[in-house]
Amino acid sequence: MEKTMNLTLRVWRQKNRLDVGKFVEYQLENISEDSSFLEMLDILSEQLVEGGHEPVAFDHDCREGICGMCSMTINGMPHGPENGTTACQLHMRHFHDGQTITIEPWRAKPFPVIKDLVVDRSPLDRIIQSGGFITGRAGSAVDANAMPISKQIADYAMDAAACIGCGACVAACPNASAMLFTAAKVSHMNSLPQGKAEKDRRSLAMVTTMDGEGFGGCTNIGECEAACPKGIPLDMIAQLNRDYAVAQVKNFFQPVL
Amino acid sequence: MCSLCSFLKSTIGRKILMALSGLVLVLFVLGHMLGNLQIFLGADVINAYAYKLHHVLPTSGLWAIRLFLLGTIAVHLWAAISLTLDNRKARPQGYDEDKPIQASYGARTMRVSGLILLAFIVFHIAHYTARVIPSMEYNDESVMSPVEVPLVKNGHVVMKEGAPVMTFNVNDMMVDGFQVWWVSLFYIIATGLLCLHLSHGFSSMFQSVGLRNSLWRKRLDKIALIYGWVIFLGFAIIPVATLAGILKEDPTGGAGEPVAAITETLHK
Repeated sequence: MEKTMNLTLRVWRQKNRLDVGKFVEYQLENISEDSSFLEMLDILSEQLVEGGHEPVAFDHDCREGICGMCSMTINGMPHGPENGTTACQLHMRHFHDGQTITIEPWRAKPFPVIKDLVVDRSPLDRIIQSGGFITGRAGSAVDANAMPISKQIADYAMDAAACIGCGACVAACPNASAMLFTAAKVSHMNSLPQGKAEKDRRSLAMVTTMDGEGFGGCTNIGECEAACPKGIPLDMIAQLNRDYAVAQVKNFFQPVL
Repeated sequence: MCSLCSFLKSTIGRKILMALSGLVLVLFVLGHMLGNLQIFLGADVINAYAYKLHHVLPTSGLWAIRLFLLGTIAVHLWAAISLTLDNRKARPQGYDEDKPIQASYGARTMRVSGLILLAFIVFHIAHYTARVIPSMEYNDESVMSPVEVPLVKNGHVVMKEGAPVMTFNVNDMMVDGFQVWWVSLFYIIATGLLCLHLSHGFSSMFQSVGLRNSLWRKRLDKIALIYGWVIFLGFAIIPVATLAGILKEDPTGGAGEPVAAITETLHK
């Protein structure tokens, strides 16, 4: 027989960007331990709508952990307590009957709250726009083996490309630093032959945009790595630091930007 | 924007400066600790070491090194303050339950440990370099006697033009200073905080310049902790040994007899 639980939810409710926002407490009964965290919020929203109240707004899309839309801090941890899991893939069996769950939006100056748990993550898009691309020809796809890439580099680039841009790294960082996100994108593109041509330009441009968007600096404490649902390692931040330093030295003697 | 300005404005650029200035300070504290430990080899050895530090280079060279070290601290401090201000601005509101997932205590308290260390460094320079702390003005004969002792090398008093070469009585200054309980306590607390600061900083500086990966992160974290403990124990053992009465004052500076006796023997 499936187990059910009764929960107390403390959810951040905020009407719009200008609203101050506050925690509102809800009681939820008979939640199946097999339901996902977002399904549990769906049930809450249905109950709210039935009672004539505004449902809780939260971002979600694929609900299979690959789109990077869901974004909520559960009991102080982005995406909740499970390692390598997005909020949509988190199941209620990781909680217990009678538990109080606090749900908050990502907290960072560059991510203003739009409504309730929804934040504006367009600063991450602007970091991508400043260098997360290759200026290659946009014709038909070339033959897969036309450009030999070693297994190690292909694997490393693939690991970096696993970043879904959810912003949990920013949310977990006490400095709201976007270093892990930027590092994943830079590591991905700078490692592959297609991206190498614009390596220095990319490293400088993306870091400049990242700083300009108001994200904080990295203090090397590793909270981002621990919160990342895709396991992007701190190694990639080291590579970003390295690539940035090299690009700055090159840029000093011969401008690359 | 000039490329140097953009480097200094960027978070990564300032962190690289933090790492490089940190490296200088990490190496300095090791040298300082090894130098200090010579007090256990006798008053003559520590006094001769101090004499060498002051005379191996001309006075201008000595001041160049002092200013370089003070400049290094200034760079480290400037990077820390400007980055902290930016970081605070980026995260004006925290979480209801703001608990770290895995960050170490040392990493989370870098600012506090750093600021207390700064206060200690100011006190330490005023205490032992400028010697201006009330009741501990070691340049004053009425506070510490004698202020100057003969320079002794390999058990022999160093002579120059028929008179013994005199040097500052570092041994007595250290022993006298650490006999004051609160000085020793502050010193032990500060070196303990230095250990904590190094436990994160030593490993972190490699990350900031991009010379670290998952494997070396684990190794460097361990090396950092060991390094921090070595520095702490190396420094803290001196006030402990002083308070335990193991280290003693030696008004002859290790020569065995006072200057007057040495000069007298010489003229006979």
